[in-house]
Amino acid sequence: MTVYILRTLLKMVLTLFVIITLVFFATRLTGSPLETFLGEGLTAEDRALLIEYFGLNGSIWEQYLRYLRGVVEGNFGLSFLERRPVAEIVAERVWPSLQLLLASLALTLCVAIPLGVLAAIYRANWIGSAIMALAFVGYAVPNFVIAIFMVLILAFSWNLLPVVGNATWAHFIMPTLAMSGVLIAALTRFTRNAMLDVLGQDFMRTARAKGLPETVVILKHGLRNAGVTVLSVLGLQIAGMAAAGNVVVEAIFSWPGIGELLVSAAITRDYPVLQFGVISVAMAVVVVNALTDIAYAYADPRIRLARG
Amino acid sequence: MSHIPRRAYLATLWSEANWIQRIAAILGIALLLAAILAPLIAPFDPLKQSLISRLRPPVGFDRYKDGFLLGTDELGRDVLSRTLYGLRLTLGLAMVGACIGLLIGGTLGLVAGLRRGWTEDVVMGAVDIQIAVPFTLIALLILSIFGSSLTVMICVLGIAGWEQYARIVRAEVRKITELPFIEAARASGAGPRYIALTHVLPNIVSPLVVQFTLSLSNIVILESTLSFLGLGVQPPTATLGSMVGYGRDYMPNAPWMVTAPAIAIILLTFSVQILGDWLRDRADVRLRAR
Repeated sequence: MTVYILRTLLKMVLTLFVIITLVFFATRLTGSPLETFLGEGLTAEDRALLIEYFGLNGSIWEQYLRYLRGVVEGNFGLSFLERRPVAEIVAERVWPSLQLLLASLALTLCVAIPLGVLAAIYRANWIGSAIMALAFVGYAVPNFVIAIFMVLILAFSWNLLPVVGNATWAHFIMPTLAMSGVLIAALTRFTRNAMLDVLGQDFMRTARAKGLPETVVILKHGLRNAGVTVLSVLGLQIAGMAAAGNVVVEAIFSWPGIGELLVSAAITRDYPVLQFGVISVAMAVVVVNALTDIAYAYADPRIRLARG
Repeated sequence: MSHIPRRAYLATLWSEANWIQRIAAILGIALLLAAILAPLIAPFDPLKQSLISRLRPPVGFDRYKDGFLLGTDELGRDVLSRTLYGLRLTLGLAMVGACIGLLIGGTLGLVAGLRRGWTEDVVMGAVDIQIAVPFTLIALLILSIFGSSLTVMICVLGIAGWEQYARIVRAEVRKITELPFIEAARASGAGPRYIALTHVLPNIVSPLVVQFTLSLSNIVILESTLSFLGLGVQPPTATLGSMVGYGRDYMPNAPWMVTAPAIAIILLTFSVQILGDWLRDRADVRLRAR
């Protein structure tokens, strides 16, 4: 088990290192990233001063080493636009993003798991087909299209909900729904498949045979066993989908979170912000993946008790 | 399958399909035709502006202007024509992107599966990293660095799905190379390239076709999303996503500007995904029957 954990952590660190390196060199591919921000009419000295101010002097390898040292020390550079540390700018955005993420995850779990279980139990009749058709719809419609139609109907036609920002709880409704659509669709499918696997197992027949009521069989014996798979899917696949959906939904609703920051940094070409934003979101996803891996291994006695 | 004539094969496909799959197939063909024939069937030039007929609603509403069936946008351009051209560009970009992904991923997967050793480790390591990072972030980064142009967009869409192909091809190759006929080929002196192209490739076409269809709808969604955010092809050229993005500012007064392209996106992703699922189910059945 220890070896397994160490191997997973090592892989995680390696992945992070590769991501940081790729992102760093990507932003340097088209020459100095500062070029679009340095206006005309700067004296050569001012130019040199600004370049040094943002840590862009020296060869690309020196810059790279400096960036790596900064990463270790927690210093990720300064924003071209705001001229303050990007870590600070991103940190301000974490809580709003997290709120939206938690709301969406809560909704996803509350809707997708019951739906998935129902779809598995009633797989042969119309209830199962209806649920799977619904999941299919959620999967095929991009979240920005869901958001646009919601804004069109709920905000502009019926004037029910606010569109911009995160001031009140009413502001949460549309972004949460827009983000959850595809997550619910994906998790419903996974839950159904996991339940179908479990329903065919021998211990389910035994549970029924000893006279347990059907609800107990399904919930206690079925869902508890399928739950491990469902949670691992949540950590491995849903995490990445949520991070991607977050970007789009926040940009639509001007939600003051990391996703909105990333899109505006991409449009204004504020590379230090974009660079750190991408790295930190990627880092969050990779860490969640690794922790899920370890937790899943821990739940599986074949790996937990294995030697080596 | 090869001994069945093509027409009979299509007929078999059709007779096996349920009504949803038939609708999806018809819809998909209609959309494909609309995209290909856009220059012929579009009633107006999609870029032609007319300031006197700005923001006219679709047919059936007050102030409807003759001929502009789906209304006009903020510059008086015909929404129907723009939607048709947008569909053409969206579908074209997605097709090219999916082909590039197939080429890159397929080649890397083939090489990884056949050569094993450190080549395989490197390829699969890259696959793991691409899976770990949400691709929307990578796309944001690339589009911001290289600017938004058709070429950059095609490259972004091209690297969006390669890892899926690489995984599938590698797994299939490993399975196939265990089989005796590969060993026989090797024993009779066939080189690795010959084996790859004449023995392995023809046997992995079916999972590749399935993956291609499934990834096509993901790529359509990705392209639409990026264009919607203003990072795609720049105006006046429009894809379906960027039409929704720009129409957003006019939603209270001219909801038809976003509705038409948004519905086109839904129809497109729907039909493609239903077709992909259908092909996958068929392939699965065939695999199980083996």
